[in-house]
Amino acid sequence: MSELVIKDLQVSVDTEDGPKEILKGVTLTIGSGETHAIMGPNGSGKSTLAYSIAGHPKYTITGGTVTLDGEDVLAMSVDERARAGMFLAMQYPVEVPGVSVSNFLRTAKTAIDGEAPKLRTWVKDVNGALERLNLDPTFGTRSVNEGFSGGEKKRHEIAQLELLDPKVAILDETDSGLDIDALKVVSDGVNRFREKEGKGVLLITHYTRILRYIKPDHVHVFVAGRVAASGGPELAEELEAEGYDKYLKAAAV
Amino acid sequence: MTVTDTDLGTDPSIARDSVASALEQDRVESHLNPPPSYDLADHPVPTGREEVWRFTPLKRLRGILDGEASDKQLRREASLPEGVTLTEITAEQARELGELAPNDRPSALAVANAGGAVLLDVPAELEATEPVVVTLTGKSADDLVWGHVVVRLGRFSKATVVLRHAGSARYAATTTVVVGDGAELNMVSLQDWDDDAVHLGRDAIRVGRDASVKHTSVSFGGDVVRMHANVEYDGPGGEAELLGLYFADAGQHLEHRLFADHNQPRTKSNVVYKGALQGQGARTVWIGNVLIRKVAEGIETYEENRNLVLTDGCQADSVPNLEIETGEIEGAGHASATARFDDEQLFYLRSRGVSDAEARRLVLHGFFNDLIRKVGIPSLEEQLTDTVEAELAKNVLDGLAPVGGAQ
Repeated sequence: MSELVIKDLQVSVDTEDGPKEILKGVTLTIGSGETHAIMGPNGSGKSTLAYSIAGHPKYTITGGTVTLDGEDVLAMSVDERARAGMFLAMQYPVEVPGVSVSNFLRTAKTAIDGEAPKLRTWVKDVNGALERLNLDPTFGTRSVNEGFSGGEKKRHEIAQLELLDPKVAILDETDSGLDIDALKVVSDGVNRFREKEGKGVLLITHYTRILRYIKPDHVHVFVAGRVAASGGPELAEELEAEGYDKYLKAAAV
Repeated sequence: MTVTDTDLGTDPSIARDSVASALEQDRVESHLNPPPSYDLADHPVPTGREEVWRFTPLKRLRGILDGEASDKQLRREASLPEGVTLTEITAEQARELGELAPNDRPSALAVANAGGAVLLDVPAELEATEPVVVTLTGKSADDLVWGHVVVRLGRFSKATVVLRHAGSARYAATTTVVVGDGAELNMVSLQDWDDDAVHLGRDAIRVGRDASVKHTSVSFGGDVVRMHANVEYDGPGGEAELLGLYFADAGQHLEHRLFADHNQPRTKSNVVYKGALQGQGARTVWIGNVLIRKVAEGIETYEENRNLVLTDGCQADSVPNLEIETGEIEGAGHASATARFDDEQLFYLRSRGVSDAEARRLVLHGFFNDLIRKVGIPSLEEQLTDTVEAELAKNVLDGLAPVGGAQ
């Protein structure tokens, strides 16, 4: 069971000209076992939604609530949110020089579970996850995200999704910059996660391409810091054909 | 890179100077490294305004530079592989072995007052299988100790030398390292002093033709530690890698001064020093200097210093220098960066459930890890990693107001 409830979320960032409001009241419920796609043009605030739910210090929450299974997510620190079952696959994963992938994965797993994973099964789990994402076994010895290709970074994010096994995954433009083969590998990984009982997915994307591989239950059009329209998978097809113009014009009025 | 910009004009004296400089008839002196001399008169007591002394807290040297005689010693324990010897020699013998003459007051005083030197000798063609480990331990910070050491590697020999300083003393020492043609040395100087020690050290290395030297300076302990690592070459083809790792706590002054004197063609130097600072008054100084002489065509050099500032109240000075007399080289460059924890790195790690303190530990571990691996002495690597962790535990894991937006 997992339910992520976002109510009237308002978020601003500090700029040279003072605080700037990015999210202007976002309301969204990711029910247990549901996959929601958020689609929108550049600058609509999609990534801000992802990062502010994860607790990035750059964003200030000015109103609204976010709860996971009734727990107040906004009151938690960044790491508490992760331990509560939130996961953010980042658009631009960060390099951590000198820290190996295997050390990083073990440290994260230990933090999430509150105890070190059993060595034998863990090694098998890690190798299995890397293999399923088409990552070389020597990948574990490399420094986190350092010198990774764009595709390797994204596949590494999804390997973490598999291993850390959160309740709700937010995928921030995980499809951007991937060629079709890598996109399939990444989508398969996300679908394996969705097959598990009660997992929620918030899939943020600019393109409809990934929705051919990951079928969402709900699609939301995100424009100017708000959900401008919601619907089923057919909404994605409409966007594919017509683009965001209609919604942009409406938002500009 | 524009190195010189001289208008030759018509003045014959300028033209003459220009020819002379092209031939380097007068030896060029590095502005950061005074000419070598055994004569104490050439190394006056510094006032603190000198370029080479201005970063050093002279009062905290507790009179070492006055140069009082003292027969106090550090206790010496040595583990020597077969064939390697450690013997006492006279100062004259040290000169005859071709040591590098002192080029600052502490090293000149050390030679004058030590009453002889210690020679660590690795015979020609010997490949030592085990590391040479020499531990020097001081009894008290009130003891003034002068040290004079020569390390000699014969032609085509190969050795690993760990020189560990522990306990406490007011210690000024000069160490010459003469590496024969084709020899290979991996040397680590570990400053693992108690909190009140003062150490002025100078490791001066001469790299033989086609020889290679890795020298690592590791400074964790002591009140004031000021270490030189100087390299020059005895023929073409020599390579030197100068590494350093330091961790300054509250009130500690750790200073490292590097000098690669490219006095031979087709030689290489690569300098990487990394440091962390934590606590009120923690101070580090890194001065890198490379001199590329006219003769040094085809050389390659790079120097790099990175500092991670863990708390408020610290100061890291980092000054890379490059003096170039010829542009006919493979490459020359330097980099210096002093920064706090990267918020994005911490966010990434914490978004995977890792606590703030653990994320900082991981980032710092990674920061030093690359360097520790380069040291290339497995038994020491683990010890260095543990020491870094222990240093970090003193502060960051205590949650003592780390900088960088902990929340």
